Amino acid sequence: MSESGIRTEWWASENFWRKCAIFVTGFMALVLVLLTFHTLTVIEAGSEAGRVPAYAVINHRIGYVMDDDKRRMVPVIGPVAPLFGEELTEAEAMALVDHGKLTVQARNCMNCHTILGNGAYYAPDLTKAWLDPGWGNEDARELLMTMFLKDPPTNARTYGTGRRMPNQELTDDEVRAVIAYLKWMSAIDTNGFPSGFKPLPQGSLTPPAAAAPQSRAGASRALGTSPPLAQPRRPSTKSPPPLTSAAATGLSMRGAS
Amino acid sequence: MKIGKINYSELSTAQQLSVKYFTVAMVLFLAQLVFGLIAAWQFLAPDFLFGVLDFNVNRMVHINAMVVWMLYGFIGAIFWLVEDESGVPLVGVWIANATFYVLTVAVTIVVLVYLFVQSGPGDAWTLWLINEGREYIEAPRWADIGIVICMVAFFYNVAGTFVAGRWSGISGVLVLDLVALAGLYLAGMFYTTNLPMDQYWWWWVIHLWVEATWEVLVGCIMAWGLIKTLGARRRIVTTWLYVEVALMFGSGILGLGHHYFWIGTPEYWLGIGGFFSALEPVPLVAMVVHAVYDAGRHHFRSSNHPALAWLIAHAFGNFIGAGVFGFMQTLPQINLYTHGTQWSSSHGHLAFFGAYTTIIVAFIYLTIQRLRGDVWMSSDIQGGWRWKWSLALLHVGMVGMSMALLIAGYEQSFVERAMGGSTWQAYFEGQTQPWFIQAMWWRMVFGVIMTAGLVLLLVDFVKIGAGDTRPIQAVAASDAVEDAAQPAGAVAKAAGGG
Ligand code: HEM
Ligand code: HEM
Ligand SMILES: [Fe+2]
Repeated sequence: MSESGIRTEWWASENFWRKCAIFVTGFMALVLVLLTFHTLTVIEAGSEAGRVPAYAVINHRIGYVMDDDKRRMVPVIGPVAPLFGEELTEAEAMALVDHGKLTVQARNCMNCHTILGNGAYYAPDLTKAWLDPGWGNEDARELLMTMFLKDPPTNARTYGTGRRMPNQELTDDEVRAVIAYLKWMSAIDTNGFPSGFKPLPQGSLTPPAAAAPQSRAGASRALGTSPPLAQPRRPSTKSPPPLTSAAATGLSMRGAS
Repeated sequence: MKIGKINYSELSTAQQLSVKYFTVAMVLFLAQLVFGLIAAWQFLAPDFLFGVLDFNVNRMVHINAMVVWMLYGFIGAIFWLVEDESGVPLVGVWIANATFYVLTVAVTIVVLVYLFVQSGPGDAWTLWLINEGREYIEAPRWADIGIVICMVAFFYNVAGTFVAGRWSGISGVLVLDLVALAGLYLAGMFYTTNLPMDQYWWWWVIHLWVEATWEVLVGCIMAWGLIKTLGARRRIVTTWLYVEVALMFGSGILGLGHHYFWIGTPEYWLGIGGFFSALEPVPLVAMVVHAVYDAGRHHFRSSNHPALAWLIAHAFGNFIGAGVFGFMQTLPQINLYTHGTQWSSSHGHLAFFGAYTTIIVAFIYLTIQRLRGDVWMSSDIQGGWRWKWSLALLHVGMVGMSMALLIAGYEQSFVERAMGGSTWQAYFEGQTQPWFIQAMWWRMVFGVIMTAGLVLLLVDFVKIGAGDTRPIQAVAASDAVEDAAQPAGAVAKAAGGG
């Protein structure tokens, strides 16, 4: 194009690099789109790949253990251990987790905490909050989490930083939903993040032999075990689990049992 | 044009719009730092404003003000160059003006709601009206839709003007990039229960903005800026721009994978994300070489010294903040321990400042020169200490702060992550280490230095060139003549004084 005297080699020419730019951009975008289609099927909740569990996983005990083949930590879905003693169908569990996630977004938790490691660094990561040894043990956990979320400043454990979580004025329903969301979150296979995490003491992660028919769901790792989760043990004829405030009021009592 | 006086009414409408956008941008920049200081102070004195303006509110305003002011800065820069680059007056003046006011009112409402309503009940209404609770793109859904409409209007103005006038390499890249930039925003506008799905799309906005489309956008602005301040040759600048686009999109698009290591997405992202993001510094090196070579080639004789200094700061800042500090944590083997620590914050600060604050400041200096009637802005600027000191203070503040945060990040990665296994208690053990606390104090000190630098910068924006009667120094006539046969001919114009 230019009239300047010195000839430009083809590989240094504007034209060549324009074509390069177009080709490279198009190609990379195409690869990204293809990978996206694949990834989206894999991370469907409860998909065969088992990386992101079905929501009814909150009916089960969840562990986080070292996988000797992969040499990294993986979540484990244990025997039935319903949240707040209430077994839910997949649809009910999804509604509960959904309410929890909405609450976490509405209260802007992510601008103090990290969630799956993303967010702010003023407060601890929530990825494995459900499994945190700070809750003492399995039996105390639901009660302690409920108490903490209902009144964080009073129940704060700040280890000398003085950094307290402000009261989010969560309703009983919201507290329950947030805990369900955290429990579900802890069962996501995050490729071993956080590494070296030591969960709180819990009962066995392998189901008792007696429960043989359902045991497949509980025994194996999160990978590929989701279908059985969709069928809870509780007969579906039973009235929907109490998401109402009346039921939620008794929540901490039941949680402690 | 009266040299040394404000010539606002003699600017074209597009240029007046730039001035408006830049003004709002600088107000928001100041707000960003004020809320950053409050948030930083809360690390040291957690009871400060506890229950009134909690950390999450301050931090949200801090980062949202940043995103918005940078977008305002880009819009301002594009309005400034669109007429020069296309050779015709702005198309759709009425729409452009209306867009500015609508957008600014919307931003004001969003911020007021953040500050005074803060949060809402856990239902969809909160996401529509108050905030969406997703870092960086917290703006409620109504505002999202408003922003998209404004962007469409803006796109019409820009693309329409180029269609009416002439196209160039720079404007071609710019317009396509704007399509991608606006389109990506849509990926962040929906709600899903599925957290990995949520974060998967969330990163499309954040990463594909800052590490792809924004980088290319500033590449275009830089290209135009080098032509203006130095009289660099258009053909060379355009070729470099294509090289940068190829390298930037070639690495940055799949580099997205470095955010898909730990969010439930498949394992192949560890390899893809690690590999391609490790290549992302390459285009940034190319940009440094380009800018420094051009500046040297022209013996650093420029028509606008502050702008050139900030352009060079941009080239290095981009390379160090994004390229080096990003690279440090981008391999999954390291990221497993640094992910979501102060390490990320260190990189986030240096990258946003180095890559984007710098170039917008450079551009504002260009516009002020014109606003002051094409006044002299080369060596011996009257009150020239101001721009030099503000540049120094801002950089000392930013580099000091990033270093403090980096040390905090190292400490956190070791104590909380590697040794403590990332439990709640391990987190607080990390936060109470003396090194961590010292780093938080240093961040505060450097934050104050930085804020002083910004105040001085704003003073300089108001004062530089005022009362000076020397006209702009013409640049690099020889090169310009050589390129005069070029289709766009902007070079010749630059040499003639813009
Ligand atoms: C101007 C360009 C860039 C900007 C503005 C930028 C900004 C940021 C910000 C703000 C974060 C933190 C996100 C969060 O809040 O969670 C981040 C994360 C990250 N960036 Fe960049 N970045 C840029 C370029 C790069 C480059 C070129 C690389 C790699 C070579 C890189 C690598 C990373 C990595 C690996 C993370 C994840 C950190 C973590 O795991 O917590 N960045 N970036
Ligand atoms: C007075 C100066 C500043 C102070 C005191 C300050 C303080 C802070 C604080 C306390 C946070 C929260 C970090 C956390 O969650 O632990 C933050 C986040 C952030 N700030 Fe600043 N900031 C300042 C200037 C800036 C500037 C100039 C920029 C960019 C141009 C910037 C960009 C960011 C970003 C991108 C984040 C999010 C980082 C991440 O999530 O990794 N800040 N800042
Ligand atoms: Fe990224």
